Amino acid sequence: MAINWFKYSAPSTFYELAGKLAPWFAWSSAILFVIGFYIGFFVAPTDATQGEAYRIMFIHVPASILSMFIYLIMAGYAALGLVFNTRLSSMMATALAPTGALFAFLSLWTGALWGKPMWGAWWVWDARLTSELILLFLYIGFIALHSSIDDPRRADRAAALLAIVGSVNVPIIYFSVKWWNTLHQGSTIKFTGTSMHAAMQQAMWSMVVACWLYAIAVVLTRVRSIILERERGTQWVSELEETK
Amino acid sequence: MSDFFAMNGYGFYIWGSYGLALLIAIVETAMVRHKRKITLQQLRLMRDAGEEE
Amino acid sequence: MTPRRKKTMYIIIGALAGLGMAVGLVLYALKNNVSLYFTPTQVFNKEAPQGRNFRIGGLVEAGSVQRDPDGLRVRFNITDTVRNMPVIYKGILPDLFKEGKGVVAEGKLEEDNVFHASEVLAKHDENYMPPEAKDALDKAAKAQAAAGAASAVPAPVAPAAPAANK
Repeated sequence: MAINWFKYSAPSTFYELAGKLAPWFAWSSAILFVIGFYIGFFVAPTDATQGEAYRIMFIHVPASILSMFIYLIMAGYAALGLVFNTRLSSMMATALAPTGALFAFLSLWTGALWGKPMWGAWWVWDARLTSELILLFLYIGFIALHSSIDDPRRADRAAALLAIVGSVNVPIIYFSVKWWNTLHQGSTIKFTGTSMHAAMQQAMWSMVVACWLYAIAVVLTRVRSIILERERGTQWVSELEETK
Repeated sequence: MSDFFAMNGYGFYIWGSYGLALLIAIVETAMVRHKRKITLQQLRLMRDAGEEE
Repeated sequence: MTPRRKKTMYIIIGALAGLGMAVGLVLYALKNNVSLYFTPTQVFNKEAPQGRNFRIGGLVEAGSVQRDPDGLRVRFNITDTVRNMPVIYKGILPDLFKEGKGVVAEGKLEEDNVFHASEVLAKHDENYMPPEAKDALDKAAKAQAAAGAASAVPAPVAPAAPAANK
């Protein structure tokens, strides 16, 4: 059976679909968090160099990965909205920004709490840390710019430009530990493989997937409100059961 | 049990990290739910006032 | 599009293009200065700033750590396996400070050609494994080094020195 994908780019159909999917993502995320936490704290062994402190990695690495990927997805949606003038893509970009910003903040916070006992400093102006801080500012800038312009379509366009220009920062974050001397260690997850013990990897990947599912659930729920807000006054919104 | 929470002296750092993660998840979930409630309320108000554009 | 809106759009596009160019130029200008620290070889080649604070990074040379009897002052060498830099530091060292491990020290190179550090940070690598696996790896590395020495082939540079190769 052929699925008409374009059908789902219409806000009305996507609204229904998102409403159906969000709870599934939320619950599977919660289950995977528990699994990841269990493996991370009860199965994964103590690290030879860092002792127990390395267990911060199981939340730090997923938060960092998500903060970068969500930015790229957000910029992608924003670009789609800018080029094809599709309403839904701009709404998705707006819905992704707060979650991405929170992951960026969590990445910096857990990084500080990991850096203090291991490196001896909460914060260093090193290329990796600084570029991740810039990522947080880009998210905040995107949200602020979007909310400062009253006309939503113009807000979409202006914020989209900021998102697209800012996306150069993402590869800089990833490769910073290669390009420059940094206090931050190199990437554990490389294109060529992962330098980590098996149980540690299982814990980390469970947490990464859990964070993805969480992000999808939250963003889908948020985008539904944005759709309703921006489509109010249309026929399909006024016919919705939940607004009666 | 208290050994587990002490994490060999790194408890503050580890639970400080996971604590904020949990807090963010709870607060963000509450916020998107609240936003949905408010949005639906506003739509109902608009309808009741007969202000459909 | 009304002329007024068009104008605003141009202003936004112009501002963003300007911002993008500024970021690009700043990054280009900082290309070499973004690095957090200098290696001992760079310091030896006088690439590090003279007479003011900078950071030096590398490995703590094995067997070089000497603690003064007062218990606070520490002397050690930072090495990038090519050059060594003697360092003197008074203060608390991070948990991960160990011989043969990564370190970044901030301070000043004084007349005595000793680096007087005001802050010492530990740098760890991206490998995570349980102690047993680490022991096995260390043993294998030792065996290889011994075999390498026997055949008069220089032992491979420790993989823990990604800092040295820029």
